[in-house]
Amino acid sequence: MHLTQIAADKMQKVDLCEECAKTKGVNDPTGFSLADLLLGLGASQEIEQAGGGAEIKCSRCGFTQADFKKAGRLGCPECYKTFSEPLEGLLKTMHKGTRHIGKIPESFRHNRDLSDRLKVLQKKLSKAIENEDFEEAANLRDEIKQTTARLASSATA
Amino acid sequence: MDLHLFLIPPADSARRKGPYDRIVMSSRVRLARNLKDAAFPGWAKKPERVKVLELIRPAIETLPEMKDAYSEAMDSLSTLDKQILVERHLISREHAAKGAGSGLVLNREETLCCMINEEDHLRMQALRPGLQLKQAWNAIDQADSALEKKLDYAFSPDLGYLTACPTNIGTGIRVSAMLHLPGLVLDEQINPIIQSVNKLGLAVRGLYGEGTEALGNVFQVSNQMTLGEAEAAIVERLEKVLAQIIEHEENSRARLLEKKPKMVYNHIGRAYGVLANAHSISSKETMNLLSLMRLGVDVGLFPGVERSLVDELFILTQPAHLQKQHSEKLTAEERDLLRADMVRERLRPVSRPLGKPSAPPSAELDKAGK
Repeated sequence: MHLTQIAADKMQKVDLCEECAKTKGVNDPTGFSLADLLLGLGASQEIEQAGGGAEIKCSRCGFTQADFKKAGRLGCPECYKTFSEPLEGLLKTMHKGTRHIGKIPESFRHNRDLSDRLKVLQKKLSKAIENEDFEEAANLRDEIKQTTARLASSATA
Repeated sequence: MDLHLFLIPPADSARRKGPYDRIVMSSRVRLARNLKDAAFPGWAKKPERVKVLELIRPAIETLPEMKDAYSEAMDSLSTLDKQILVERHLISREHAAKGAGSGLVLNREETLCCMINEEDHLRMQALRPGLQLKQAWNAIDQADSALEKKLDYAFSPDLGYLTACPTNIGTGIRVSAMLHLPGLVLDEQINPIIQSVNKLGLAVRGLYGEGTEALGNVFQVSNQMTLGEAEAAIVERLEKVLAQIIEHEENSRARLLEKKPKMVYNHIGRAYGVLANAHSISSKETMNLLSLMRLGVDVGLFPGVERSLVDELFILTQPAHLQKQHSEKLTAEERDLLRADMVRERLRPVSRPLGKPSAPPSAELDKAGK
């Protein structure tokens, strides 16, 4: 099956086997985008290369690189960890940056505050030990214990 | 609940006003969200999709914005109803193809619409008439903040909101506006504009979004990148670009009327001629000619005619809306006949366009000076 898409004055041609055409919905009136198709193929190639031939499989949902090749989409949120290495290059070409900037759910904001607090406390603690201020160090140790516990409980909530 | 009793009648829908609605038909901000512990809809088996739907749907229904909302599972909607929702730009074509395990929640005002188990577990969108991107972003941000308290979102501090397709990861936001650009098309300036907009990392698409043609000179402009840029910055960038496109469209219209008025009047006059007299007309031709009539209204060739008359026909002449007005199943040929009948009837009170605009502001000034 041969396909030509003209977008923004540029003509792109792709040859597909019938099965790929079906899974990409080329015959489907609900529409599809050649860009997505190409991005999808590019990504799966990268995933294959990174895997060095051995198939990477998501332990959470069983999604494989072959599935990604077919769908151009991932299986579950955990897949971003499973395929993090090959995806990194892809995300770089797709987006403005590789780290999230913007809205953060409140529960994560809370966690981030706690872990920031933890870092500050640990710095203070090592300084207190250095200065042999053991009373201060004992207090800090207590606070670190509490903060760690709060962080752990909110992470599992 | 009957969808047709719920949806705003086309006549009222066409009369909604917004800033710059002469050119900007509507604004939209969409957020993609997923639940942490479930496979994405495209990979999940039916029982898992149903479970996700049963989790998300009640959470959305209890939002204060969703009081008296229309809430339905996609498998209980007819193909025709789904198509109607696509023609109203309330759901995507992809969502219309969904069945069991997918759902839709739409508020009374049709300003907030949530698709459940489309490509992602949740795609929620805020819609506004005219150019109102900031208002749409604020509305959807608020709904999202309320929902995050009830739903356990898939979020990574590094990659942001995790989505089925890596193209949406990060903010999961798509900010878009639907623009009517007949001036740029007639002035043959549309392609350079599209190219420069593309260079800025924004996408230009057709009337129904991804992979569709720009019927009726209607284009959708939206952001493409979602990772590494904050929502507010994306909204602001798009607003700046839209302001420029609006200016270019107005300039093209003014230039055409000054340099090639006959070409413009000819297009508009012929469009009116066909629409007011045809006995068979396709949906595509109707859209393209209605676009020219809309331009005619804008430049003052149809005094006393409201733009909403044209905008209402834009909705009513589309295939599913036309089919809905008739009980028996229509073939495409039959629809073309009925469409032509309806347009002729609607245009009966509309006089043919003036030979030139009745009172363009510049002509008024000239007279006053003499």
